Amino acid sequence: MIPPVFDYHAPASVADAIALLSRFGDSAKVISGGQSLLPLLKLRLGTAEHLVDIGRIPGLEYVREEGGYLRIGGRTREAALERSEIVRTRFPILLDTARVIADPLVRNRATVGGNLAHGDPANDHPATMLALRAIVVAQGPNGERTIPIDRFFTGLFATALAADEILTEIRIPVPPGRSGGAYLKLERKVGDYATAAAAAQVTLDGAGTFAQVGIALTNAGPVPARASAAEDALIGKRVNDAAIAEAARRAAEAASPTADRRGSVEYKREMARVLAARALKKAVERAGGR
Amino acid sequence: MSTHDIQLTVNGASHRVQVESRLLLVHLLRENLRLTGTHIGCDTTHCGACTVLLDGEPVKSCTVLAVQAEGSEITTVEGLEQNGKLHPVQEAFWEKHGLQCGYCTPGMMLTGCALLARDKNPSEAQIREAISGNLCRCTGYSNIVKAIQSAAEQLRQH
Ligand SMILES: Cc1cc2nc3c(=O)[nH]c(=O)nc-3n(C[C@H](O)[C@H](O)[C@H](O)COP(=O)(O)OP(=O)(O)OC[C@H]3O[C@@H](n4cnc5c(N)ncnc54)[C@H](O)[C@@H]3O)c2cc1C
Ligand code: FES
Ligand code: FES
Repeated sequence: MIPPVFDYHAPASVADAIALLSRFGDSAKVISGGQSLLPLLKLRLGTAEHLVDIGRIPGLEYVREEGGYLRIGGRTREAALERSEIVRTRFPILLDTARVIADPLVRNRATVGGNLAHGDPANDHPATMLALRAIVVAQGPNGERTIPIDRFFTGLFATALAADEILTEIRIPVPPGRSGGAYLKLERKVGDYATAAAAAQVTLDGAGTFAQVGIALTNAGPVPARASAAEDALIGKRVNDAAIAEAARRAAEAASPTADRRGSVEYKREMARVLAARALKKAVERAGGR
Repeated sequence: MSTHDIQLTVNGASHRVQVESRLLLVHLLRENLRLTGTHIGCDTTHCGACTVLLDGEPVKSCTVLAVQAEGSEITTVEGLEQNGKLHPVQEAFWEKHGLQCGYCTPGMMLTGCALLARDKNPSEAQIREAISGNLCRCTGYSNIVKAIQSAAEQLRQH
């Protein structure tokens, strides 16, 4: 399969890339790892007159802690996230997530920024970033702006990024002590999108009650969103199985999965409930709560 | 549609080629450079038959544009043999019956090579994880895992 014709541009800086995007408007698309975009073009499910490759811009791949945030460069590949020492030791939820995305070969090219910018509710990073209350940094012709993850996903395959903006960084607030997170996914085989998956991030206070909670599901509707009713069920509650079960029930209730070859609506909702409960338990465990 | 004059190194030899922007790396290798050891299976980024090493890392060449590979070093299965001698991974696939029809084999071996270049003593679980993006419809994988373990042993002795 051969992609439709397009012009290819390889700018050497973010400023040059933005200038190209501004010039071509809607007829241009950013290409990063290309692991969603190229399959789409090859299947002729999409077109672009111009591809602006941000892969030649130096300095966009990094994972570091700075100013109270874990900062992930906009072009950081999943493989780099997996190998990052700080991710391995301090953000196991990110490692959980990266490891179940596609397969190791795809992860050598696919980027975290692309995973969010694609706006695909089947992708795994959106739920995790929602649970972590991440902030997306975008650069455009008028400079830089930050977008809270809760306002980033605007529709099916649609995000708050303008056509002339580039996602340059993802910022995750470094959680306080007694915090933990986990991402659990049910997939039919390696490389498949989630039948159901759940991200949970919790912070406990000294008394062993839930002080902060983030919960989100993957493939649970057209637009990735936090399961806020489920979060509310836990805030201020002591850690116990009944509270976790109630939160998981609420998360599943709010989900609107669609039936496909991965399963029926009922099955997916039930799996979402089970995974949300397990992810919460694992998050509590990692927070040192059990 | 733009065309581009690109330079890339394939199996140690530098090439300058003119490519259409939409040309995929796998077609550049197979059709322009006549290196047909890199196979096309699914053509949809699933099977890994088209695996090559791009600057040492295994990638699916049906999902990389040739222009994206400008300036990089590519290794295909044809580049594994050195001075008429098979690579230890190739020897091991032969010895341990790590292949039947051979369709997945170039990709499997290259993924195995990349793993062993990073870690000469991977566990069975790490080997299975590393090759999880390469599908084999014949062997049931067991002999592929054994072949990579055997190659690792060879490489540790050198
Ligand atoms: C076989 C296969 C299985 C997969 N399985 C999974 C899975 O299980 N879970 C999962 O989460 N994903 C999966 N993916 C998707 C993969 O993770 C994608 O690579 C990822 O969604 C997009 O990242 P990319 O860097 O490749 O982006 P690209 O494909 O380059 O771009 C995707 C979209 O995002 C835009 N974009 C990318 N980067 C930026 C940026 N920095 N600024 C502005 N816009 C940008 C592009 O314009 C494009 O519209 C799979 C892909 C394949 C091929
Ligand atoms: S042909 Fe490239 S992954 Fe199957
Ligand atoms: S040997 Fe036939 S597909 Fe692997």
